[in-house]
Amino acid sequence: MFPFLTILVLLPLAGAALVRALPDGARGRVREVALGVTLLEALIGLVMLTQFDLGDAGTQQFTETYEWIPQIGTSWALGVNGFGLSMIVLALILTPLVILAEWRKDKKDPARTARYLALILVLQAFMVAIFAARDVFLFYVIFEAMLIPLYFLIGGFGGEQRRYAAVKFLLYSLAGGLIMLVAVVALYFVGPGGEQAYLIDNLAGYDFGTTPERLMFLAFFLAFAIKAPMVPVHTWLPTVAETARPGTTALLVAVLDKIGTFGMITLGLVIFPEASQWAAPVIIVFAVISVIYGAIAAIGQTDMLRLVSFTSVSHFGIMVLGIYAFQQTSVEGAALYMFNHGLSTGALFLVVAFLIDRKGSPYVGDYGGLQKVVPVFAGTFLIVGLSALALPGLSPFVSEIMVLVGAFEVAKIAVIVSATGVILAALYVLLTYQKVFTGPTKKGLEKTRELTLRERLVLWPLIGLMLVLGFFPSLAIDYLREPAAAVLTTINAEVSE
Amino acid sequence: MFTAPDLSYMAFAPIIIVLLAGAIGVLVEAIVRDAATRRAAQLTLTLVATLGALIVAAVQWATTTEAGVVAQAGFFVMDKQALAWQCMLLVFAALGALLFAARTRAGEEAFTPLGSAAPGSPEEAEALRRKLEVTEVFPLLLFAVGGMMTFASTTDYLALFVALEVFSLPLYIMVALARRKRLLSEEGALKYFLLGAFSSAIYLFGVALLYGAAATTSYAGVLGAILASPGDLALFVPGAILVLVGILFKLGAVPFHTWSPDAYQAAPTPVTAFMAAATKAAAAAALVRIVFSSLYPLEWELSWMIWTVAIVTMVVGTVVALVQTDIKRMLAYSSVAHAGFILVAFAGFSPEALSAVPFYLLTYGLATIGAFAVITQVREKADDGTVGGEATRLGQWAGLGRRDPLLAGAMALFLLSFAGIPLTAGFIGKFQVFAAAIDGGGWPLVLVAVLASAAAAFFYVRLIVLMFLTDVPEDQQEAVEVDYHPYTRVVVWITVIATVFLGVMPVWALQAASDAGVLLTGL
Repeated sequence: MFPFLTILVLLPLAGAALVRALPDGARGRVREVALGVTLLEALIGLVMLTQFDLGDAGTQQFTETYEWIPQIGTSWALGVNGFGLSMIVLALILTPLVILAEWRKDKKDPARTARYLALILVLQAFMVAIFAARDVFLFYVIFEAMLIPLYFLIGGFGGEQRRYAAVKFLLYSLAGGLIMLVAVVALYFVGPGGEQAYLIDNLAGYDFGTTPERLMFLAFFLAFAIKAPMVPVHTWLPTVAETARPGTTALLVAVLDKIGTFGMITLGLVIFPEASQWAAPVIIVFAVISVIYGAIAAIGQTDMLRLVSFTSVSHFGIMVLGIYAFQQTSVEGAALYMFNHGLSTGALFLVVAFLIDRKGSPYVGDYGGLQKVVPVFAGTFLIVGLSALALPGLSPFVSEIMVLVGAFEVAKIAVIVSATGVILAALYVLLTYQKVFTGPTKKGLEKTRELTLRERLVLWPLIGLMLVLGFFPSLAIDYLREPAAAVLTTINAEVSE
Repeated sequence: MFTAPDLSYMAFAPIIIVLLAGAIGVLVEAIVRDAATRRAAQLTLTLVATLGALIVAAVQWATTTEAGVVAQAGFFVMDKQALAWQCMLLVFAALGALLFAARTRAGEEAFTPLGSAAPGSPEEAEALRRKLEVTEVFPLLLFAVGGMMTFASTTDYLALFVALEVFSLPLYIMVALARRKRLLSEEGALKYFLLGAFSSAIYLFGVALLYGAAATTSYAGVLGAILASPGDLALFVPGAILVLVGILFKLGAVPFHTWSPDAYQAAPTPVTAFMAAATKAAAAAALVRIVFSSLYPLEWELSWMIWTVAIVTMVVGTVVALVQTDIKRMLAYSSVAHAGFILVAFAGFSPEALSAVPFYLLTYGLATIGAFAVITQVREKADDGTVGGEATRLGQWAGLGRRDPLLAGAMALFLLSFAGIPLTAGFIGKFQVFAAAIDGGGWPLVLVAVLASAAAAFFYVRLIVLMFLTDVPEDQQEAVEVDYHPYTRVVVWITVIATVFLGVMPVWALQAASDAGVLLTGL
């Protein structure tokens, strides 16, 4: 079997080394090199999509297993089912677009650009690896190790408060990760043990005993909730969003935060089915709180980057609701939402970034009446915004409906309350649009630049993808149906016992 | 009638080589008059001795059976556990010797030209003018290492005491030999000496109690006596506690840590590097052997003490390190916190600790030597451009990442390893220690350790922020010069490679550690 996944991990690392090693003379071309690497990466991803056996989307494919540290039971074990593949594809789509979106930053400082791009490439390697990890220890190692490039991305590039934001981010994530570490260590002793003690396949369905299982589940869940981010452990996200570069934040929210919900499904539900059942009612309450709190907080924001980050808190609440409702449609919907939300939020952060590039201010109040000056920009902004409020025809709509309809049967009140979040979403999106683009044009904005070709190249593919998946959602759902069903089999087996 | 003990010299070749080389080093001091020649000779001698002993120890490791050799009338053993510690100590010593020999660009060494001269006295000025050098630090280093190696392989409480003094006395002297801030250096050494003497006395008192109860001072004898009298532990428990206090002092655990920040800050930085790594390793080696070959039946009576000390050590070390402004003191308190992490492995006396502790000390020691080696390279610069002492105020490290990205990157790696971030050696070390504790049922202790790690990450990361992410305007930049000496850089790169390698591919080291996880009891 051709080691697609390992290559997918190693290629960006090699790219990062290349970017840093470019001689001064070639430094001017550093963006092209990085973009080329990510495009090549995306191409490999495309080949994998064609090679993927859709009829068997529920089982791990492209699997590779090598001994890594047998003494502590861990292996370099990679593989993806349809769900993991969808996340990797999301990462592969967004990374080149982010590089393209940040093309003009630090134009005069190629060394700094090289540092930034190298970090982005390292991050991409980690993103692929974590969604492909079939070993809990490996998952943990990447989960923690990827904090380092992120930390430097946040702390080294961005606004004035960036050092504070980076440290806040790191401490939150590290605290969650280290508590997870206790559970990871414990897994070795209460689990099957041996040289492949951490393979998820070996841990799935293992009987740890009720109390250890619940304690370990809580430790894992805390780390994932911080990552996701759920209320009340979300406060690092707005801080990071307002200070970091929008490109960094776009990757962070669109892809990296998905590690939280991804982990809830592939580790939480699979390894700890009984404890997941046990905790589900409380988790759903927190999910609903996240939905409403995130939406209300978003309405109150004047900083557009903070606003977008709060909408994500709200949307992650919906995903978590879908996961812990344990219905085929709701889990499928949550997995689909993870993909669509990546497209939608990625586009949202980037379009806001383009707006901020023009005026230099993230505050809604500094804008007004731009519709007349830059109609294409306004239209693009509107469509991207509408995708965030789940307008029918755009792909997030399908996934949100699937979650809400699927969960309705088992959690009626939660769904009804969450549905109001959708209405609130209309408020924060349309109010923002109204303030920024309609009304009389503000002084000094008359000469605002229209959406450039580069910016269109960044945003329109994302919009196109959302439209296609909005009208033909089965293109994506086919990849997710069987993984969701497989997860639910273990859960339901637990119920019937 | 006196019967000659059966001495197996071959088995003890590593220790004998090191101590013999120390003795030769003293002769070299007396014979060779020219300072430069003497320094070269001493460095060569030290490196040959440590590396030679390392090779001998490695061969013994490869050829030794499961059991190892019991020798010198039951006072010492050479099992794989002892050999593992000895190899580790020899590596630390060789790296330390390179740091001892390094000098600044201006040719200034780390040690005072004349230790016996009062600070600021005409004698000292005269010694400076005549460019005298104290090259006896090399034999002192060898004696210290010899003592530490014995410390790790002894199986008798009295022999342990002798080894303790053999390695402590050279350290007291070396701490006092800093070239700059002479008064501070001598003060630190005096504190270290007084507290060290005090703890030796406490230790001896503990041994006396154990002897009173067991009528023997050997580990195995005490073990046998404890097992034989399960109902009557009135002398064993206080004796064991006092013995542990003596060891915990060397380990730098709270509340027996007070010497370490002063000694770390006061000592010449190369000495700090060696001392921080090797002393802790030796103390941990002795602790492992005492606990698992002599005192383990007292688990119930002793674990409250180990748990309390471990928690207090982690918390105090971490919290106090947060407020330090001097980098050497910060690392000193961080090493206190690490003593707490080491103790976590002893929760529940799980035999996993026999492999986890040596591995942890290896990762910690390498990163420590590397970090202090980096510190020797960052120097203050006077207005006239002359390079001065080490720039140890944290503020002076701002922007180091711009000036020397490689050196700052190395430092960042060591800090990440201290913090236990995955893909560095420190993570695997922490993992092993936590695994040992959880195996022994000590998961509450692990939870505390994990929270302490998260808090500790804050001050490690703060230094990384300073080095890489703080923009200092040109005119406000602290006058700091990055010094260069090939020996120091070699040490930095060796430790960098080892830290990454042990973090990414720890298989062989873990295998060695698990081979070392069997103790030979001595009788």
